[in-house]
Amino acid sequence: MPKDTGIGASTKRREDVRFLTGRGVYTDDLSLFGQAHAVMVRSTVAHGRIVSIDTSAVESMPGVLAVFTGEDFKDVGGNPAGWLINSRDGTPMREPKRPVLAHGKVRHVGDAYAAVIAESYAQAKDAAQVLSDATVIEELPAIVDMKAAAADASNRVHDEIPDNICFDWGWIEDNRAAVDAAMKAAPHVITLELTNNRLVPNAMEPRASIGEYFPGTGDYKLTTTSQNPHLTRLLICAFVMGIPENKLQVVAPDVGGGFGSKIYHYGEEALVLAAAKRLGRPVRWTAERTESFLSDAHGRDHVTKIELGCTAQGDILAIRTETYANVGAYLSNFSTATPTFLHGTLMAGPYKVPHVYVNVKTVFTNTAPVDAYRGAGRPEATYSIERVVDKMCRELGLDPFEVRRRNLLTPDQFPYTTPVGLVYDTGNYQATLDKAVELADVAGFEARRAESAARGKLRGMGLSTWIEACGIAPSHLVGVLGARVGLYDAATVRVNATGTISVMTGAHSHGQGHETVFPQIVAEKLGIDASSVEIVHGDTAKIPFGMGSYGSRSLAVAGSAMDRAIDKIIAKGKKIAAHMLEAAEGDITFADGKFSVAGTDKAKTFGEIAFSAYVPHNYPLETLEPGLEETAFYDPANFTYPAGAYICEVEVDEGTGKVDVVAFTCADDFGNVMNPMIVEGQVHGGVGQGIGQAVLESTTYDDTGQLLTGSYMDYAMPRADDVPFYTVDHSCSTPCTHNPLGVKGCGEAGAIGSPPAVVNAVIDALQRGGHTHVKHIDMPVSPNRVWQAMNA
Amino acid sequence: MTKVTMTVNGKSVSAEAEGRTLLVDYLRGGLGLTGTHVGCDTSQCGACVVHVDGKAVKACTVFAMDVMGAEVRTIEGMANADGSLGLVQQAFQDHHGLQCGFCTPGMVMTTAALLAENPRPTEAQVRHGLEGNICRCTGYHNIVKAVLAASGQDADAIAAE
Ligand code: FES
Ligand code: FES
Repeated sequence: MPKDTGIGASTKRREDVRFLTGRGVYTDDLSLFGQAHAVMVRSTVAHGRIVSIDTSAVESMPGVLAVFTGEDFKDVGGNPAGWLINSRDGTPMREPKRPVLAHGKVRHVGDAYAAVIAESYAQAKDAAQVLSDATVIEELPAIVDMKAAAADASNRVHDEIPDNICFDWGWIEDNRAAVDAAMKAAPHVITLELTNNRLVPNAMEPRASIGEYFPGTGDYKLTTTSQNPHLTRLLICAFVMGIPENKLQVVAPDVGGGFGSKIYHYGEEALVLAAAKRLGRPVRWTAERTESFLSDAHGRDHVTKIELGCTAQGDILAIRTETYANVGAYLSNFSTATPTFLHGTLMAGPYKVPHVYVNVKTVFTNTAPVDAYRGAGRPEATYSIERVVDKMCRELGLDPFEVRRRNLLTPDQFPYTTPVGLVYDTGNYQATLDKAVELADVAGFEARRAESAARGKLRGMGLSTWIEACGIAPSHLVGVLGARVGLYDAATVRVNATGTISVMTGAHSHGQGHETVFPQIVAEKLGIDASSVEIVHGDTAKIPFGMGSYGSRSLAVAGSAMDRAIDKIIAKGKKIAAHMLEAAEGDITFADGKFSVAGTDKAKTFGEIAFSAYVPHNYPLETLEPGLEETAFYDPANFTYPAGAYICEVEVDEGTGKVDVVAFTCADDFGNVMNPMIVEGQVHGGVGQGIGQAVLESTTYDDTGQLLTGSYMDYAMPRADDVPFYTVDHSCSTPCTHNPLGVKGCGEAGAIGSPPAVVNAVIDALQRGGHTHVKHIDMPVSPNRVWQAMNA
Repeated sequence: MTKVTMTVNGKSVSAEAEGRTLLVDYLRGGLGLTGTHVGCDTSQCGACVVHVDGKAVKACTVFAMDVMGAEVRTIEGMANADGSLGLVQQAFQDHHGLQCGFCTPGMVMTTAALLAENPRPTEAQVRHGLEGNICRCTGYHNIVKAVLAASGQDADAIAAE
């Protein structure tokens, strides 16, 4: 019988009511007294030297209040990369300054080099156009292709970086010789060159920021579309503007999706704060969609050669990869971690493969910065592995299901140390594979294929068995890996005098439903009604600290912090109960919302204890403080390792090359599940994005660095009729062994596991349809590409 | 600036607008009805959908002046008279048809117009009818279910087929 409250219940979301009635408050919905409007002036060329910016051309235009250029920020700090990566030879990565506004050079189309502030948005926009026309930029040849960039030392994105290489990283460098030897000795070596296509995250709410400055106190306030307001505050204060942290409040109100793109600090946030101070008025900025395309951090963009050594039976002996990863024109905050520690460490997949070596060269180009996008590095790893495994099966005439079963780690092998530095704590990959096979009705595929064929369509089936490392992240581990921050999280549980509870969490919800799920956990643990629990998030002035939401970390890390804080509340409650009931603390038990003296009928309810804590008339103050509020910081001992098996069925139109995803099945292991409805929704969303990557989405720059896909006219977002109903299951659960809730995280799974399943299905359809020469098609598998491949 | 008058959610309203003021900016900026969202600049995301004289319209695509005197309905006018969620809104909550909520107002308005025209759509008709509304969060699964449920059909059974 499914529960209707507490842990494991599909409680309906309380936040929905405000979103469904138009009462959500997103950043752009706020209107402040005296506000002025900022419009950014962006480069229309990919690469150029700024010769002159004639600000006098706009200073007297109607409504114009101020003009900022790179010159105004040349003495403040740069927006830093959060991870320091060393090259194989031990040299540290090249880390060019990322200024608030471009200064000296512009480095990608959309690179903001000035901003105009005016009374109205229309006036600011008019003036920005005039300022753009009044700017002289000497155009330089654009650097777009990664391999060409690395080969040509004469043309440089950053003048001080000769070969446009940020770092050349080996993982694990000491294993390289052994991997080379294993590859040499392998009876078969399967090689695949592939591209993991560049994507634009496209949260539906464009980025927006409002800066305020209060001259009476010297305080600043930034309201912004952020997945992690504390990190944004830290970056602005400690690195960019030098504002003391206690003088800047960062608020992320309702945020309309993030998918990674709103983790990072962007220059516009510093700009609106500086402008608010200069003008003594609130200054607001909201991106147009085209600006989002041009200036949000993009995702993926890897070019990889993967080799897999194996036996004739398909036992994997070694994996070796060489990847070029595009970081764009500047290093965004997580950009150096994404192609390395979120990618290379996953390259063993869920398999018992003894030898793995990963090489990644990150390259600067005259394109928008590239950073973590839903899955971040793990989709790239999964795609490479699952595609090459599929190719192995085809070349050696092996069954893809059987080959996975031979190679998957077995439950008795955990904890399992991979050759790329992770320790998988638990899992049951056979179980999820069996579940997917059952739910997808693999046995009935042949009949469905015949039915499709009768309608003139080629049908194919593709499989992917995936794993990810998330619940980011153990500080001790990531510190060794180069992280400049810790990745713990914090929560304060405040029991109010009347027994209601406010939970201040460092996680931030931008669609994940924390306002509903977190109270389910609190209510279950304290034996109270969830409706008396309120979640407070997204405000640095209210919350002790937090690292925000990304990397499927909210529940595993911030949820664990909350769990610990509740334990402290219970411990304090026991002390209070012992005092009130005149019993020894050790004799007090807590269950079903009651503190009782063991073996007696003496008890106090949670509400009575809460009230007493704030009306402490006779407390022994030496040993018992008034109040009932506890804070916990939680630093995970390890990553969490969700895993699963995905099966996709496609139909391909032989005449046009159009691919239709007609069925998609997911069997996932997320450990314990707090709210199945929400977990399933997360998987649906991830799979939708994965199908988008595989079939539709392509971010295309031409040779001059112009973005050809800068609007929804040109960038194919998945729409309702591009996807089927999905079948999702999370019943094969092996709870995480090292966090108190036993949870693993579900936010990125769908986007990680799905693209290879789709492409494997397309290749299967073509092969079965007689197009046996087609071994690989790069994503997106557009009609054009598929038709070309069939007819090559 | 001209005074532009229309009926919004049953109330006669007026606010100043320029000739170039879009309906969506009139609603958000002029009237403070910020439930209608802006998600693009090419009339393709559907976050801004409202009803004008009963028809679903992308409010970023019409000038406020062009709908002077019209009956406009926005997401703020979709709840029942007692403040409880309307039929379509309730179906979206029941079926988890929203995550971040940004596309949601447009989805609800499009759905209401779709069902007014076709009270019992097939799954394919629903998917086709939502073509003009982009959602990045849900993968559409639960949105399509919500629309089917709002039309009185057994959404779970249809999704499981
Ligand atoms: S804002 Fe109107 S369609 Fe996107
Ligand atoms: S719910 Fe976020 S875009 Fe649809």
